[in-house]
Amino acid sequence: MTDPTPGAGGDVLLDVRDLAVRFPTPDGVVNAVDGLSFSVSRGETLGIVGESGSGKSVTSLALLGLLNAQRSKITGEAQLKGQNLINASDDQMRKIRGKQIAMIFQDPFACLHPMYKVGDQLIEAVRVHEDVAKDKAMERSVEMLSAVGIPNPRQRATDYPHQYSGGMRQRAMIAMALINNPELLIADEPTTALDVTVQAQILELIDEVKKEFNIGVILITHDLGVVAEVAQTVMVMYAGRAMEHGSKEQVFSKPLHPYTWGLLESIPTVTSKGTRLIPIEGSPPSLIRVPPGCPFHPRCPHRFEPCDKERPEFTDRGGGHPEACHLASEEKDRLWHERERRRATVAA
Amino acid sequence: MLAYTIRRLIWAVVVVLIVTMVTFAIFYLMPPGDPAIRFAGRAPNPRVLDQIRENFGLDKPFYQQYWIFLKNLVTGDEYGWPGLGFSYDTRVPVRNELLDRLPRTLILIAGAAVLWLIVGVTIGIISAVRRGTLVDKAAMGFALFGVSAPVFWLGLVALFVFWQKLGILPGTGYTAFSDDPKEWFLHLILPCTVLAMLYAAFYARMTRGNLLETLGEDYIRTARAKGLPERKVIMKHGLRASLTPVVTMFGMDIALLIGGAVITETVFNWQGIGSWVIRATTNSNLPVVVGVVLMAAIAVVIMNLLVDILYAYLDPRVRYQ
Repeated sequence: MTDPTPGAGGDVLLDVRDLAVRFPTPDGVVNAVDGLSFSVSRGETLGIVGESGSGKSVTSLALLGLLNAQRSKITGEAQLKGQNLINASDDQMRKIRGKQIAMIFQDPFACLHPMYKVGDQLIEAVRVHEDVAKDKAMERSVEMLSAVGIPNPRQRATDYPHQYSGGMRQRAMIAMALINNPELLIADEPTTALDVTVQAQILELIDEVKKEFNIGVILITHDLGVVAEVAQTVMVMYAGRAMEHGSKEQVFSKPLHPYTWGLLESIPTVTSKGTRLIPIEGSPPSLIRVPPGCPFHPRCPHRFEPCDKERPEFTDRGGGHPEACHLASEEKDRLWHERERRRATVAA
Repeated sequence: MLAYTIRRLIWAVVVVLIVTMVTFAIFYLMPPGDPAIRFAGRAPNPRVLDQIRENFGLDKPFYQQYWIFLKNLVTGDEYGWPGLGFSYDTRVPVRNELLDRLPRTLILIAGAAVLWLIVGVTIGIISAVRRGTLVDKAAMGFALFGVSAPVFWLGLVALFVFWQKLGILPGTGYTAFSDDPKEWFLHLILPCTVLAMLYAAFYARMTRGNLLETLGEDYIRTARAKGLPERKVIMKHGLRASLTPVVTMFGMDIALLIGGAVITETVFNWQGIGSWVIRATTNSNLPVVVGVVLMAAIAVVIMNLLVDILYAYLDPRVRYQ
């Protein structure tokens, strides 16, 4: 099998191989993530895209060891600088969380503790991992708040989260995530709950801190627009599996998977005025009974005979742009051009 | 914060005023029978009754009676402050008897409160953390037993076992601390435990429920993502948020019990407020009932105020509204 990791030229930080997450339930086993492989390098922002229930968030929670061990079964490996996160002990994971891998979440309104001052929450983050005096930790917190663009940080550190606006809370979350100089930042839908203008600022901030601290970023989102803005590489997920994974340019200008085609055609853009948005027919499958073969085949307009029987291998068929689809390369070229042409004619 | 407190204080005074009005209306305006006859006792002659009515002001129109009632309440009557009249049964000023009995009820409540708070919250935390395990099931089984077991039954069983059979604890009654500190303490154990049982069960369930809900919050995930040890995630971030409703509940429960832990006091022959007011009610001993209701109402208002202030202190979001 060829290396299914494009864009991993540089200093690889995290290398995930065959990650699978299963939740046994009374109704059957939920296959939330199934055979996922990817890697993230320093200075890279990997965008993971997919509909809700595609396994994006579960992947990140599994990497951080935040899934309930009794209710989930995680297999595969995830090497972070030579350490496998999947079989690490609880205590080892605790020391990695917030120190080597930090995470920010979707809803900044709910993610900060409402009863502690923002500064105290940052101080706590410092002192979990490092034995420093309170006032020193406070200095660092103020510095960090200032670095993420919170005006008047010394005074704002003594405020409670509800005195912050949504954008400021997310900035504070980012400050808290970065305060221990982690190497990898996982951002799970960091802008979904924010106003559009604030969204852009937060994305810019994530991009800035990535460059400044030279860290790797995994950006999880359902919004292709967000990915287009800050990611270097993109992985498209469906039903817990990777559908395709390439550089941003590859995935946006020459997508190889019919599911990605569907995603791209269903987002509105300014230039596509007058174009009909084409939604993907049907809905995501149940993760308890994932369709056999390619999980996307029931919704795929281009399915043919092997699609419902054989699971397409996720592999690089040339060009450092691995994907999982049975269609031949030439056929894909033809179909994608056809779809593009059709969209253009509708627009005209 | 100060403005908030003052605003709340003014409201508290208004509420107490309304409560006195309602209390007065219920017990002086619509009494079950003539208070003068109750006071005079068996077969009174009409002249005595008139005399009593005049003495008590019962012949005056009701608004004047209310005014006198209020005035006595605020400035005191010939027996001292606050003026609450005197008991029809014992002819002792209600105020004196109240002050005599209140400490007994208070110590009973205090002992029980400490017990139920410690036991209830601890059990609640343990069963939330060990959710679904045998420990959790046993704890919730205990809680179900605690809420379902009637206090009078529990009290009698406790007396039977620890006093009659084992003989390790004294039976009913109250011993003053100044008389014999050891007996005082021994006499407290059973009533406090029995009273605490019901509340411990409630608090265990409430703590468990609140904590489980809090542990599902996003900020708990944030705390874990920071790398905090699980113990700290639960005992600091989890408890802080889930104990605020418990504090409210605690304040109100204490306030309501000051009105009388009726059944417990009756079972253990505890000469406190509860047993007193029960007897007063069955005897239409109006001044006692009015006095106790008034005191209970004031206790509720004060505790409410304290809880509100404490709540504003505990939850910064309340402070700025």
